[in-house]
Amino acid sequence: MGIIIDKNTRAIVQGITGAQGSFHTKLMLEYGTKIVAGVTPGKGKTQIHGVSVYDTVEEAQEKHSANASIIFVPAPFAADATLEALENGIRTIVIITEHIPIKDAINVMARAKQVNATIIGPNTPGIITPEASKLGIMPAHIFKLGSIGMVSRSGTLTYEIAAGLTRKNLGQSTCLGLGGDPITGLNFIDSLKMFEQDPQTKAIVLIGEIGGNLEELAAEYITSDRYPKPVVAFIAGRSAPPGKRMGHAGAIVMGKTGTAESKIEKFKSAGVKVAEKPNDVPELLAKLVSN
Amino acid sequence: MKLFEYEAKNILANYGIPTPRGGLATNPSQAKEVTSKLKPPLAVKAQVLVAGRGKAGGILFANSIEEAEKAAEKLLTMQIKGIPVKSVWVEEKIQIKNELYFGITTNRFNQSYVAIASAVGGMEIEKIATKAPEKIIQFSINPQHGFHSFHAHQMVRKMGYAGKQLSELGRIFERLYCVGMDCDAELIEMNPLAETADGNFVAADARIILDDSALFRHQEYKKRLLEGESELTPQEAEATKNELAYVKLDGDIGVIGNGAGLVMATLDTIQYYGGKPANFLDVGGGAPAEKIATALKIVFSDPKVKALFINILGGITRCDEVARGILEAKAKIGATKPMVIRLVGTNEDEGKRILTEAGVHVLEGMEEAAQRVIEISKHGGK
Repeated sequence: MGIIIDKNTRAIVQGITGAQGSFHTKLMLEYGTKIVAGVTPGKGKTQIHGVSVYDTVEEAQEKHSANASIIFVPAPFAADATLEALENGIRTIVIITEHIPIKDAINVMARAKQVNATIIGPNTPGIITPEASKLGIMPAHIFKLGSIGMVSRSGTLTYEIAAGLTRKNLGQSTCLGLGGDPITGLNFIDSLKMFEQDPQTKAIVLIGEIGGNLEELAAEYITSDRYPKPVVAFIAGRSAPPGKRMGHAGAIVMGKTGTAESKIEKFKSAGVKVAEKPNDVPELLAKLVSN
Repeated sequence: MKLFEYEAKNILANYGIPTPRGGLATNPSQAKEVTSKLKPPLAVKAQVLVAGRGKAGGILFANSIEEAEKAAEKLLTMQIKGIPVKSVWVEEKIQIKNELYFGITTNRFNQSYVAIASAVGGMEIEKIATKAPEKIIQFSINPQHGFHSFHAHQMVRKMGYAGKQLSELGRIFERLYCVGMDCDAELIEMNPLAETADGNFVAADARIILDDSALFRHQEYKKRLLEGESELTPQEAEATKNELAYVKLDGDIGVIGNGAGLVMATLDTIQYYGGKPANFLDVGGGAPAEKIATALKIVFSDPKVKALFINILGGITRCDEVARGILEAKAKIGATKPMVIRLVGTNEDEGKRILTEAGVHVLEGMEEAAQRVIEISKHGGK
C-alpha cells in the first residue's frame, strides 16, 4: 500500500538525457521502479539505460501509456514540460527541478487543479514507497518498509530523520517531499488526508520549516478533523533571522508570518508532539506507536 | 532580489502609475542638477536596501533647493546600518490627505497571486492586519483569468471610493498587476498609495521584490545583483556568484552542510546546545570538491568565525568529494581555524579514509558534532 505510487506505477522520465536525469533513472530502475520511457526534445530514437527516449510525451504515451512522470528538465523549461505531461493524460507528476519561477509554478498548479492531477514539488527529492517504487533522488538504502508515513518540505533533513527511524526499526509506508519552493503542488493537508485513508500507515512524521503558513493550516486541520492517527512534527529554522531566505526559496520569515515558533505552538495546541531536534523524532514516535 | 526605491518608481511611472516627480543623484553636483528641476518642499531619500531606513536617518526633508543639496551631500557620505549610501532619490513632497495600501503577493495555500488593498496604509501590511483587520480587502487571482479592471473596481468600492476616484484607483491597481506580472515580482506594493488634497492618487512609496528564480528573464537586474550593487555582504556576494546559498548570522560557529532543511536544523541544534551560528551555508546537492573548497573559503573569510562545523549527509552528494574539497581548501588557504566534520551517507567510508589519513577527525552523529564544535569555539581546539 502506501500512497500515490506503488508497484503498478508506470513512469516516464522527462529530461532523461541530462546528467541528473540519466543518473537517477539508473538508480530508480535498480530500485525496481517501472520506468517505461524517457522524453527529451531533440533526443528521440535513442536509449538511456535500456529505456527508449522520445521527442515528445505524446509519442511516449502512444507507445507506453504511462501514468506518472518525473521531471528533471532545467528550470526555464520545466513548466512547459509539466504542462506537456498534463496535456497528455499523466496525472501524477514529480518535479525535481529547483528554481522554477513562481509565475510559471502558479500557472502549472492551476492547470493541474483543473484536471485533478497530483503534483509533487517542484524542488522536491520526490516520493518513495519502500520495496515498491521510487520516483525521486533520495538514497534508497536508508528507507525500509513499515507503517510510518513521512511528509516533508526538505530533502536531506528527511534522509536524516528517515535513517533515524530505520535504525529504530520504524519502517515507512511512503515518504514524500513537498518541495522547498513557495508554490508547490501537494501540501501538508493533502498528504495527511491521503495517509488517513491508507490502512498501512499507522503514524505520521511531518517535517516543516520556516516560511508560509502551511504548517499552521495543517495543525488546524488536525484539530478540526480530529485526525485519527498520531503525528510527530519537526520544524527547522528556529534560529533563522527574519527576511532572509534560508536556502529554499520558500524558507523565509516575512514580517511575523512563517516563524518556527508560530508553527510549533500551533502543532502543540493541536496535540501534535513536536521534536526539539531531528534525533528526537524516532524516540517520540516509538513511544506513540507502542502505546 | 529587492529593487531600489528609484527603480521601482521608474518602472511604475513607465506603466502610467502616478509617482512623485523626482530624480536620482550619485554625487553632490548631480544632486544640484536634479534638485534645480524640482519644486520644494522636497524629500531626499538614501537609496539603500535596508529596513528601517527612515528611522536610521536615511530620509531628509528640505524646504529649498539649497537645503536639498545639503541633505543630498550629507546622505551621500553616510552609512546606513553599515551600508554606504551610493545614491539619493530627490522628489517633490506630496501633500497627503489619506494613506492607502495596495499590493500583490503570493498565497501558498491557494497556489495563486493575491491582491491586497486597504483604505489604511503607510505602515507595514502586517501592522495594518493587526490594527485594522476590517480594512483589509483580499482578492485571490485566478492565474487563468488574471486581474482585470473590474476586479480592481470591486476592491476599490469596498474601500469606500466612488465616481472618478473609483475609476482612477481601479486603473492604478490594474497597472500595478501588469508591472508585477511583467517583471516577475514575488511582492509588489505601493505603501503608502497617497490620496492627495485634490483627490488624486500618487504612489508615494513603492517596493518591488523580484522572484530570484525568474532573473534569467530579467538579465539587467541579474547583472546588477552579481555586480554587487545590492544589499549583499561580501560573503553573500561571493556565495551568490558561486551558486551557494549563504546567509550571514551573528554568532561565531561557521556552518556548512548540504540541503537547506539539514543546514537549518544544524543551526537549530547548535543553538539548542548553547552555541551561536555565524552563518547558514548550503552547498546543495551533488557538490563537487571545488564547490566545497569555495564554501570553506567563504566561511573562513568571516573574521568572527572561531570554528567550523561541516555537516554532510550524502544522498546525491558523495562523501569522498566532500573530503577532497576539504583537503583542497586546507591546502590552498591553510585551514587556520578548527573544524568538526560529520560525514555520513554515499561513499562514507572512502570520505572518512581520505580525511583520517590527512589527520582530520570525522564524527558520525550530528548532536555529538554540534556539542564538540561549541566546546571548541568556547575553549579553542587542539
